Amino acid sequence: MTNVLTIGRTDGKRDAATRAARRRARAARPPWEEPPTTVGQAAKGLTLGGMLAVILVPLWIVVLTSFSTPGAVNRAGGLVIWPDGLTAEAYRQMLSDSTVLTALTVSLGITVVGTALSMVVSVLCAYGLSRPRSLGHRSILVLLIVTMFVGGGLIPTFLVVTGLGGYGQWWALILPGSVSVFNILVLRAFYSETSSELIDAARMDGAGEWRILGSIVLPTSRAVTAVTALFYAVGYWNSFFNVMLYMPTDAEKWPLQYVLLTYVNRGNGMPGSVNAGFGSVQTQTAPLSLQMAVVVLTLVPLVMVYPFVQKHLRTGVLTGAIKG
Amino acid sequence: MTTAQPERTGAPEGLSLRHRLRRDRSLILMTVPAVVLLLVFNYLPLFGLATAFQEYDPLVGVWQSEWVGFDQFSRLLGDAMFWHAMTNTLYLSFVQLILFFPIPIALAMLLNTVLSERTRNFIQSVVYLPHFFSWVLAITIFQQMLGGAGALNQFLRQQDIGTWDIMTNPDTFALLVTSQSIWKEAGWGIIVFLAALSAINTELYEAAAADGAGRFRRMWHITLPGLRGVIVLMLVLRLGNALSVGFEQFLIQRNAVGHDAADVLDTFSFYYGIATGDYSYGAAAGLFKSVISLLLIWGANRLAHAFGDDGLYRK
Repeated sequence: MTNVLTIGRTDGKRDAATRAARRRARAARPPWEEPPTTVGQAAKGLTLGGMLAVILVPLWIVVLTSFSTPGAVNRAGGLVIWPDGLTAEAYRQMLSDSTVLTALTVSLGITVVGTALSMVVSVLCAYGLSRPRSLGHRSILVLLIVTMFVGGGLIPTFLVVTGLGGYGQWWALILPGSVSVFNILVLRAFYSETSSELIDAARMDGAGEWRILGSIVLPTSRAVTAVTALFYAVGYWNSFFNVMLYMPTDAEKWPLQYVLLTYVNRGNGMPGSVNAGFGSVQTQTAPLSLQMAVVVLTLVPLVMVYPFVQKHLRTGVLTGAIKG
Repeated sequence: MTTAQPERTGAPEGLSLRHRLRRDRSLILMTVPAVVLLLVFNYLPLFGLATAFQEYDPLVGVWQSEWVGFDQFSRLLGDAMFWHAMTNTLYLSFVQLILFFPIPIALAMLLNTVLSERTRNFIQSVVYLPHFFSWVLAITIFQQMLGGAGALNQFLRQQDIGTWDIMTNPDTFALLVTSQSIWKEAGWGIIVFLAALSAINTELYEAAAADGAGRFRRMWHITLPGLRGVIVLMLVLRLGNALSVGFEQFLIQRNAVGHDAADVLDTFSFYYGIATGDYSYGAAAGLFKSVISLLLIWGANRLAHAFGDDGLYRK
């Protein structure tokens, strides 16, 4: 089995080498293509540059304002576009505020627990359905795919969850959306392509399905696992409607997105220490900076995870499945 | 694939059911958690749709509630608010189709002409990013940029030009939500088109160039036909989803622009179903929408087949 695994690894290395060669080859303009016109290049540059600016400039302004001193915010008349005076006071104050801290804990908890659960359930199901000709896999597949086209919709789902006693319960925020059939199909498509020689060799060595999944299929499909986990995690981190449905009044159970909606988007004053403390700390932090710090806080986990996953996104891990 | 599974290559009839069950029991066991979750949270609500034909009373539950047949639906069809939500949905869907749909295609084609791989990767990384933002976050950013106290108006005030609050103006709401959708999702939308572009054989371009076809002739005769399958697929999906224009996006902004502009079918279901406790009425609105959506998907597919394309599934 170790032999087989090493062969697999050298293959991977060779793949990387050819890929690098292809990349170098593509970087040059093909000889048959006419040289670009100046006007065309300028228009292209402007369009692409404008597109980047529309996304990056607002983020820059938000981040900069969150790090600005009250003086800078005053001089700018609100949002800060050029660095003027920098301070991390808004963050210190935000993290000493119980509302935000609780919300952060709730959001992280829901995201970690939910993603772990979704991944275990989806990986198992995807592998269970990925072996050709196994008993019943077609019927189960149909059962899964049907849910992509027909569903009870908002109110029947709400009635089922509340009927099971989910109102105000943590599980109501996680379980109803924990299985994404789309993600299972993506994983399954990749597992079906796992080298069959490896799997056969392992089976001859006496490995059962659990063993094969754990020591062959999972290690050879890290990219798709990472991307799927990102999608689940982003879904949990971003969810706010479930909160609105199942615990709209329990402010101490609100995740960050709901706090963002209530105190930043709708502009309600934050309860607890921040509101009470505004009189005394106003000289240190502008309310706007504090709001922008909350915005940045919801961004941080995304931006932290994104670099690890984006190269997989770029190579189009999901496109095969989207097209399929 | 047949050599892949020596133990499963034999004709299924050759093995008894019990033998196959024993062989595949761990595979079946692995699907159980997902199947159970889907049965509870996706299939059980299908039975909950029965409430659409009842006068559902939460105190007595689905089994004891009074059956009223199609009363909820006839009430729906006579409700001006419902038709308002329907018109709004179709209008917004149409605006998005015209303004949003071509953008990812154009961007993908433009990006495909960028030669430097590093530049291309950087642009892709940036334009994919907003897709991962929540609607709360995206709308908050829009509000900070374009809202009454936002960066744009801050600038306008300093220049003494007066203010322009697009975030609370019901008249321009369709344009606002469409630009939000473009900002958040258009970059992500290029993924499928980029994949289709990379599948086009470059020899075609070379041959066309040798035959004297210029940049735009090549785009028209090679690139666009190469994208045709994906474009049709995306169009079918878009038409099938014509009645879903985005739920959270409208829910969040309903307070700011008022329900007149922001009520769409999904928010109608929510506000007139859950928020007011009239569950049966909301469920009826939801069911009405689902049935029309299925018909739309089916119709769009028929249309794709009529034009000789695959659409969502092959004929």
